[in-house]
Amino acid sequence: MNEPSIQAVGLTKRFGSFTALDSLNLNVEGSKCVGFLGPNGAGKTTTLKLFTDLIRPSSGEALVNGVNVHTRKKKALESVGTLIETPEIYPSLTPREALTMVAETRGVPAAERKKRIEDVVTEVRMDEWVDKRVGKFSKGMKQRINIAAALLSDPRIFLLDEPTTGLDPRGMSEVRDIVKSLKGKQRLIFMSSHLLSEVTDICDEVAMIDHGKLLVYDTLSNVTSRFSGGENIVEVGFLRPLDGGVNGRIASGVPGVTSAERVDDRTLRIRFNGGASTQERLLSNLVGMNLGVISYKPASSALEDVYLNLIKDTK
Amino acid sequence: MIALSSTQAESANRVPSSLTQVRVTMKYTFLDYFRSRRFFILLAIVLLISSALTIVIGYYRPPGLLSSDLSFYSSWWGISAVLLTALFGIFFGGDAISGEFQNKTGYFSLSHPVRRSSVYIGKWLAAFLASSIILVVFTAVTLGNGVYYFGLSLPYQFGEAVLFTWFYLVAVLGSTFFFSSLFKTSSYAILVTAVLFLFAFNLIQLLVASFAQLEPWFILTYGSQIIGNVLSTQYPPHVTTVRFGPEGRALTAYNATIPEGLVIIAAYFIVTAILGLVLFERKEFT
Repeated sequence: MNEPSIQAVGLTKRFGSFTALDSLNLNVEGSKCVGFLGPNGAGKTTTLKLFTDLIRPSSGEALVNGVNVHTRKKKALESVGTLIETPEIYPSLTPREALTMVAETRGVPAAERKKRIEDVVTEVRMDEWVDKRVGKFSKGMKQRINIAAALLSDPRIFLLDEPTTGLDPRGMSEVRDIVKSLKGKQRLIFMSSHLLSEVTDICDEVAMIDHGKLLVYDTLSNVTSRFSGGENIVEVGFLRPLDGGVNGRIASGVPGVTSAERVDDRTLRIRFNGGASTQERLLSNLVGMNLGVISYKPASSALEDVYLNLIKDTK
Repeated sequence: MIALSSTQAESANRVPSSLTQVRVTMKYTFLDYFRSRRFFILLAIVLLISSALTIVIGYYRPPGLLSSDLSFYSSWWGISAVLLTALFGIFFGGDAISGEFQNKTGYFSLSHPVRRSSVYIGKWLAAFLASSIILVVFTAVTLGNGVYYFGLSLPYQFGEAVLFTWFYLVAVLGSTFFFSSLFKTSSYAILVTAVLFLFAFNLIQLLVASFAQLEPWFILTYGSQIIGNVLSTQYPPHVTTVRFGPEGRALTAYNATIPEGLVIIAAYFIVTAILGLVLFERKEFT
């Protein structure tokens, strides 16, 4: 089976004299999570709406698995789970009924429907509410049902527009876990977000857009290193509180490291030059120092720096 | 988490035919209508009208109305059916499409592998079904009263009037869905539909016939005259001219013939259904 893919070819959307999306060329292929970033009005939601045929392109094409979404929507979206804005569900339906409607529309086999609905409802922690009418639900509860609807047919591609919008911190965390688990199941996730920490936490690649133009599309580590003068930033978490001199020991004793700042008594933000091999050496050195390393991840502030620089440049 | 592999999921799901998707949309939209306040309000209006007519006729026994079975059905059905059908259109059709945009339910129903035409037709069928249920209640009450006063022998004209009403309902819903597709704001769509069907069409029809002395063949409510006219003892003439005043000014009244009425109703449905569908296909979720 071919790798799942979404592709924008010269994709342009104009609303009167305003160009919301300007000749977007983007090819995302394979099993990964791509964070789609940009300020308000940059063209993120417009792009996702074009990929779901909620709006028509002024020119260019939106392709899913090589199929044009506008001219062959049924074929193009057959293996795509979507969450665009915060959809409303017919208020007098229960989540079970709304999800059955989605399952029947998408052709989930009758014998599997009940089980799958129960699975996705459990996944989004809405078991207790599955037979209550949606009309009285909060925005966050509706968003959970919308996420369940996107998961229901177990598609290969997910197009998610700020999926954690309206959720409480626990809900946000749960959705991130869901997205992470999808990555493990060989899915392609294309997700817009305002939350840089969220993208850093769960995405492998990042695409940035502003004024309808694509600014960059690359792996997270390449983007952060390419736009920060080759410098990478990682946040390292430790099991035990760190002693006062550890920053200096890391900064001076580990090759490539330019600085090590203390974020709190168990977290360091380490800046270093170099690519994957330097990272490997850094991590192995840190482990070798017996400091009790328990986490190691690219710092969201690095992405934030890149984001702010790129967005500033396009103003 | 669902435990299917990507390959299994791909092979397990087969997006159904558009016809099946029409049925799915119809089923759940109807469920939504059936549980909604609007359904019960309409049902209450129908029961209120039916009860009022039952009580008034039972108490006063108006001789003109009870002079024959035809005049009974003419007074009961001929007066109420067209108004009720307009209300069905306003209640079930007014915001059927515009609501998908305003309430954002379209983001839920249309971001799947489904054609917009399937959703449009499914919603139309749901509105037709919901309206038909209430119309059946009104028909049953009418028949109950008719049988009470005149026994089981029903005039065939009543059957025709009922059929024409259902036919008119098809066109009214076609038209209201079209107006609903024009707007993204439900209140505008409902307002325009209500004004047109409750006032504007009748007013235009009157002005065109009386003052321009033209046959208002292009007005849907003109076609709907056949519902009441078919229950007349003698079907009214196509054109009637009354002269009045010292100068003998002519006032012309037109009555649609049955074939003419059917053609007007059918044409309204066909034209508005096509236009409404095209509008919905082209409308964007901005």
